[in-house]
Amino acid sequence: METMVMKSGGWLLLAVVATLLVGASADFGFSVHLAIVAVAAMAAMVWSLRNAGNAAAGIVAPRPDQSVYDDEPIRWGVIATLFWGVAGFAAGLFIALQLAFPALNLGFEYTSFGRLRPLHTSAVIFAFGGNALIATSFYVVQRTCRARLAFPGLARFVFWGYQLFIVLAATGYVLGITESKEYAEPEWYVDLWLTAVWVAYLAVFVGTVARRREPHIYVANWFYLGFIVTVAMLHIVNNLTIPVSLVGSKSYSAFAGVQDALTQWWYGHNAVGFFLTAGFLAMMYYFVPKQAERPVYSYRLSIIHFWSLIFLYIWAGPHHLHYTALPDWAQTLGMVFSIMLWMPSWGGMINGLMTLNGAWDKIRTDPIIRMMVIALAFYGMATFEGPMMSIRTVNSLSHYTEWTIGHVHAGALGWNGMITFACVYYLVPRLWGRTRLYSLRMINWHFWLATVGIVLYAAAMWVAGIMQGLMWREYGADGYLVYAFSEVVAAMFPMYVIRSVGGLLYLSGFLIMVFNCWMTVKGRLREEAPLSDAAFDPARDRPLPSAGPTGRQRAPRIPANQPDAPLVAAE
Amino acid sequence: MADDKQKRIDQPTGTETMGHEWDGIEELNTPLPRWWLWAFYATIAWGVVYMVLFPAWPLIDRATGGTLGWSSRAQLEQELAAEQAKKAPLLKALAATPVEQLPANPALMQAAVEGGRAAFRVNCVACHGSGAAGSKGYPNLNDDDWLWGGDLKAIEYTITHGTRQPDHDATRFSQMPAFGRDGMLKAEEIGDLAAHVRTISGQQKPGAASQRGGALFAQNCASCHGAGGEGNRAVGAPNLKDAIWLYGGDSETIQATIANSRYGVMPKWGGRLDPVTIKMLAAYVHSLGGGEGAAPVQTASR
Repeated sequence: METMVMKSGGWLLLAVVATLLVGASADFGFSVHLAIVAVAAMAAMVWSLRNAGNAAAGIVAPRPDQSVYDDEPIRWGVIATLFWGVAGFAAGLFIALQLAFPALNLGFEYTSFGRLRPLHTSAVIFAFGGNALIATSFYVVQRTCRARLAFPGLARFVFWGYQLFIVLAATGYVLGITESKEYAEPEWYVDLWLTAVWVAYLAVFVGTVARRREPHIYVANWFYLGFIVTVAMLHIVNNLTIPVSLVGSKSYSAFAGVQDALTQWWYGHNAVGFFLTAGFLAMMYYFVPKQAERPVYSYRLSIIHFWSLIFLYIWAGPHHLHYTALPDWAQTLGMVFSIMLWMPSWGGMINGLMTLNGAWDKIRTDPIIRMMVIALAFYGMATFEGPMMSIRTVNSLSHYTEWTIGHVHAGALGWNGMITFACVYYLVPRLWGRTRLYSLRMINWHFWLATVGIVLYAAAMWVAGIMQGLMWREYGADGYLVYAFSEVVAAMFPMYVIRSVGGLLYLSGFLIMVFNCWMTVKGRLREEAPLSDAAFDPARDRPLPSAGPTGRQRAPRIPANQPDAPLVAAE
Repeated sequence: MADDKQKRIDQPTGTETMGHEWDGIEELNTPLPRWWLWAFYATIAWGVVYMVLFPAWPLIDRATGGTLGWSSRAQLEQELAAEQAKKAPLLKALAATPVEQLPANPALMQAAVEGGRAAFRVNCVACHGSGAAGSKGYPNLNDDDWLWGGDLKAIEYTITHGTRQPDHDATRFSQMPAFGRDGMLKAEEIGDLAAHVRTISGQQKPGAASQRGGALFAQNCASCHGAGGEGNRAVGAPNLKDAIWLYGGDSETIQATIANSRYGVMPKWGGRLDPVTIKMLAAYVHSLGGGEGAAPVQTASR
């Protein structure tokens, strides 16, 4: 009881302090954020008071069933993944349309491309992807360690704390609060909050691994751990800033000039490497063998490619700064490490795809496996394209063009998106105790909408990027640049429209998924023909007629159970 | 899982498992694919070679330069120098030819127009538009209506010195009074003046207002814009009789212009661009269709 009072009192105090500071804050955006914090603290207080009230009334919350895994935060995480996915994909579609039709900026700073673009990137990477990573990591670590989550209270704090981080980041972008560091836009106080949440996440994960009932740590957990630890390091170093005021949103980086740029891209590239690659490989390493019901292809490959990936990725960042003020030697190192990263990246693809050895037929019959396979295919394609684009001469054409956008989305839509969809399709019936998903055919719809969407997106951006790069550098016979920048922009209009169509298809597929998952959670089953079934024709299911007087040529008599026999004529 | 569990042979692949099992997941003891391993070695070997050839190893106060002696800055300098060398004879000829004599040498004029086209894209399109059609407040350069003169020399002068540049005596300068803001004319007088301006530009029929405006025009405006409103290039006073308007020819905009005046500026490009580039820009602008004092040059379209 006393701890309950202390807890709710603490939340109330936080809410009051935040409310009081609203008046003292240095800028409008910070005031809005303080108000959001106050509301969140009030919600937390109401929640602990209700628990306290229940306790006082003698309603003792039943001790959670220790004989099953702690899946409550995972269910929340799956819902959050779907919710933020819709938000992030819709924002992406909107800003893609803004590029084709600038009138959609609507004339407000809040709806301008510059503010909505980080909203899109953060929503898909950190909100959609991050929630998928946290939810699946809690699911996988419990099952592969045969232990319930360590620190269940902290796990719930991780979930809600992470959602608060997302809300603060997203509202900040719209209000114009930004550190101007790509994928690390949130300001200092949001960074501090995320650090606290992330340390709690690490504690829950490591605590659960430490409580494991298995002598060995499964490979998926190596990848999750690599992701959590490295992202913590990247986040802290890149966000070392000095706030202008303790009651204001603005801060300045601790690094200056090219050092700041290098720190940013060391962070930026490894956000791709450890958030979007290592973390999602962890998902792949659990859910692909589970769905395929096959052993992982090669234990040795998993060790070698894990350590080489971890070691090499962290050096590859400088390839984002080719032909800049960054010294040539640092550019060379970034490029060379990127090339060497090619095979370690492909190790994950090989291990995922070859796990299907002995179950290849499931690509035809199981739409979830099909999603996993295309995810791995896009992963392989993007991790080949990446090293190629890091080569100086290729980069001199591709850098600053839409090719980069196409590359990123082949990875993000194809790999991260598809593998997340597959994992969520796997999880939803199991987390809510349903016999199966509402509809398997809808997964098939989702698969094809998403795949066609990605192909349109990537193809349009490749064409746009290469065209853009070539037009920018085209010299006429007189030795002068042929095109003005504005002419290059105009030339890309059709590509921007095609990209938007691709994005619309991808979003439509996802909306079907949300509906499918929602129906599954509600416990509904769609009546539908199964996706595949062995052919059966009742008309043929009868003995051959004996030879009549008119006498068709009689088929040779073959015993049905003699597999080596030639096929019967009727086939 | 259990270590005591037998390592079994997986039937479909014929490969031995590691003997571990997590939540039903086993692992096969498949060796590393040979092609994968050798490709990995190959990228590492390639990396080592590349790091010998190119700048790569940081030392105390510098980095290794690489045996090829390549650097991104040197590459840029070489490429620029090669371009400069290719263009040098042309640039020399342009530097030696006064701009007004360019039309006498069609080949040189043609080269100047092409160079100007490129320089225009880099420096001028932000205000004048990629087709040089201008927009409100930024003159259209395709027509034959010139504020400060449309022959090659005048255009070159305007580009070199800009308009209304502070602390630059040679700049094109004039300032129309703000008749309304400074209380020189009453609002209804400004309305009458606008009616007069719209009458002489053929936009409305004469009436009582325009007649009152005509008298006001003679007193206040004719000294710069001329008695008939034909303008005066010496002070950059626009011709008010034509259909070309820098800010707009509707009554409201004309009244706003009279009341508050306008103060359009253009940078002085002398000092920012070299004289040859400015000469080429002048040739290009001159060639757009409205150039005066010489026959317009036929330019090849891209």
